[in-house]
Amino acid sequence: MTDTTSQAARSIDFESDAARARIKARYRAERRFRFYGLAAIGITTLFLIVVLSDIVAKGLPAFTQYVLVMKVDVDASLVDPKDARNPADIRATGDFDALVRNALRAQFPEVNARSERRQLDSILSTGAADALRERVTSDPALIGQTVTVPVLLSSDADLYFKGIGTQVVRTAGRGTATPSGTSGEIEIASTSGDFAIALARVRQSDAAEPEALNEQMPSLLVAINGGMVKITEIGADRAKGNVYLPLTSAAPAAPGQWQVVTYATPEGNRRLNDRVVTWLESLKERGEIERRFNWRFFTSGDSREPELAGIRGALVGSALTLLVTLVLCLPIGVAGAIYLEEFAPKNRVTEIIEININNLAAVPSIVFGLLGLAVFLNFFGLPRSAPLVGGLVLALLVLPTIIIASRAALKAVPPSIKEAALGVGASHQQAIFHHVLPLAMPGIMTGTIIGMAHALGETAPLLMIGMVAFIVETPLSITDAATVLPVQIFLWSDLPEIGFQARTAAAIMVLLAFLFLMNGTAIILRRRFERRW
Amino acid sequence: MDAMVQPATSAGASQTAPAKAKVVARDVNVYYGDKHALKNVSVDVPDRSVMAFIGPSGCGKSTFLRCINRMNDTIPIARVTGKIEIDDLDIYDKSLDVVQLRARVGMVFQKPNPFPKSIYENVAYGPRIHGIARTKAELDEIVASSLQRAGLWDEVKDRLGDSGTGLSGGQQQRLCIARAIAVGPEVILMDEPCSALDPIATARIEELIDELRQNFTIIIVTHSMQQAARVSQRTAFFHLGVLVEEGPTETIFTTPSDRRTQDYITGRFG
Repeated sequence: MTDTTSQAARSIDFESDAARARIKARYRAERRFRFYGLAAIGITTLFLIVVLSDIVAKGLPAFTQYVLVMKVDVDASLVDPKDARNPADIRATGDFDALVRNALRAQFPEVNARSERRQLDSILSTGAADALRERVTSDPALIGQTVTVPVLLSSDADLYFKGIGTQVVRTAGRGTATPSGTSGEIEIASTSGDFAIALARVRQSDAAEPEALNEQMPSLLVAINGGMVKITEIGADRAKGNVYLPLTSAAPAAPGQWQVVTYATPEGNRRLNDRVVTWLESLKERGEIERRFNWRFFTSGDSREPELAGIRGALVGSALTLLVTLVLCLPIGVAGAIYLEEFAPKNRVTEIIEININNLAAVPSIVFGLLGLAVFLNFFGLPRSAPLVGGLVLALLVLPTIIIASRAALKAVPPSIKEAALGVGASHQQAIFHHVLPLAMPGIMTGTIIGMAHALGETAPLLMIGMVAFIVETPLSITDAATVLPVQIFLWSDLPEIGFQARTAAAIMVLLAFLFLMNGTAIILRRRFERRW
Repeated sequence: MDAMVQPATSAGASQTAPAKAKVVARDVNVYYGDKHALKNVSVDVPDRSVMAFIGPSGCGKSTFLRCINRMNDTIPIARVTGKIEIDDLDIYDKSLDVVQLRARVGMVFQKPNPFPKSIYENVAYGPRIHGIARTKAELDEIVASSLQRAGLWDEVKDRLGDSGTGLSGGQQQRLCIARAIAVGPEVILMDEPCSALDPIATARIEELIDELRQNFTIIIVTHSMQQAARVSQRTAFFHLGVLVEEGPTETIFTTPSDRRTQDYITGRFG
């Protein structure tokens, strides 16, 4: 208090150049720091957006599925030869696949050769008849009638409609085209050199004679008189080819009444050949192809066929595993936290325990998997691939997180509350269970949910205990063989079929949705019960 | 509860001469680890009166206060020696249940610390865990009378379900006093109960202390010498862990016998 005078004498210099430079430098430093911060956040946001949009773009198509909606004659001799109308028998022995196949063949009566028939059948999924089987089994009166049912397409056909096939370009003919026949190998003559442009695109030799097409070139077809002709040899004003869809007549087609159709991707680079593409395009023109929400993705288990594979088994497996984890973790974790925070004597032993809990939280998860393999499977002989063991392993993994979060929550309750309770004669335990614990509960719940979210996304330790198996059946108990969502994603990402790529991304979206949901709940809990003391 | 609180006696008669001592402390020493925080404190607190502990910060007055209901037990490194008796009962006796002791010796803290529950629950908690009320009606009765005696009833009677933390600072502190007297203690310890309050709220608490003196033995730690002079009958002055001087408040403030007491109350240090 006595240095007021000396302080006034040594006042700060605001005016000199050095002082101004100092202020400038300070402003520069602050601007620089703000820029670093913005740059860091910008880069993170960019990566996040790129990753999320990539996953969503890849995964969204898997949530819909193309089906062929067609009329099917439910032939009693194929479905119920004994005429017993017993639903169980119908389900078990009825040859619904044949019904669906016959219905499709009826749409393309010109297909007779064995290999062509097999190609036609290949646009249907192996589960194509599932919807029909359900309908007929639940209502046997439909036998002998004609029903309209959705028929599942094969993954390749489905992907074709989702745009992973070829671009189809149609050019209207300018001259009059005359086909030489309605089926088999025919020749089409045009009056105004309609084929010249296409010929220029594929020409390999300089000679003026017609050019033979091969499967390394874009495919050319002619749509004429209600039929489709695949061109095999092309000149400027005439083309030779095979009829894929029969023509209604061999009459000349007027300009604008016929089209040159190009499948831009060469046949050799596609999974579906020209014949199949032609059938699919034809079915689409007839309005029999529909895009529907892919419920099957959520209601069926894993499958080797992409169009049949779903995540139900993995979801139930995850739920059972997390249930085991939660039931083990929450009581043990909270009890451990309360003991360490409030009751344990502060000595060497508790200190070592505390340090080790913190260290355990940083142990790589695969180590817990090895531990689970050695202890739970090999020593205790628990079943392999079971949610019980998965839950035990994940409980070990999450326990340190829950203990640490719970201790932090307990520590955050002001000591004055405990003192108040002790002051009115509550015992230490009463003070904690009546006052401190309820106030710490939102924090404990937040920590638990975040720990559970961590467990939900965990893959590596579950690989070690055999939850990586191909499991079609939905697990019904914690001892059934099961897999979990992240492992399902891991399994699918490994498969070569293109159909599984979209499913992998879709499963990731479902997993992310659950994680967001859990973390959102944690945030809401924290907001809702946050207290200011 | 009524069994524990005897009707008011003629408290005014014993303003200067101590009546029968309620709390007797002999050679109390407190160590926090290696630190010797309280040295050989011996003091008698007379029944149904207010005794003030004054002294500069860190002099050990709060430490001593917390010995009287064994709140120091909650600090692991604290160690207490010596003897404190309440009505001839040694409170550091091994067979004594510390929870029962704290029901007999209530405490009001420096910062108002109501439970983050309803006003009703704040007051009802103590009686409930001690099984004082057998029926809901009895509990209601205890809550009402406690709030009345704490001078808070008229302000909160229509909103007993509201949160105790929603009250003003002075109301919260009176709620804490109501909570303390609801378990029917014999002694109430107050650790700077007005330090977080404005002058008007402080005046109300001081009036309340004066009224409570009829039924309770009150020990108050305060930094305000005016407060000590206003509310207490006897005053003890602590300095550096030593009880320097103890006597009737009037004597301490007019003719202290120790030089340090005189320096402190005239504002020479502290």
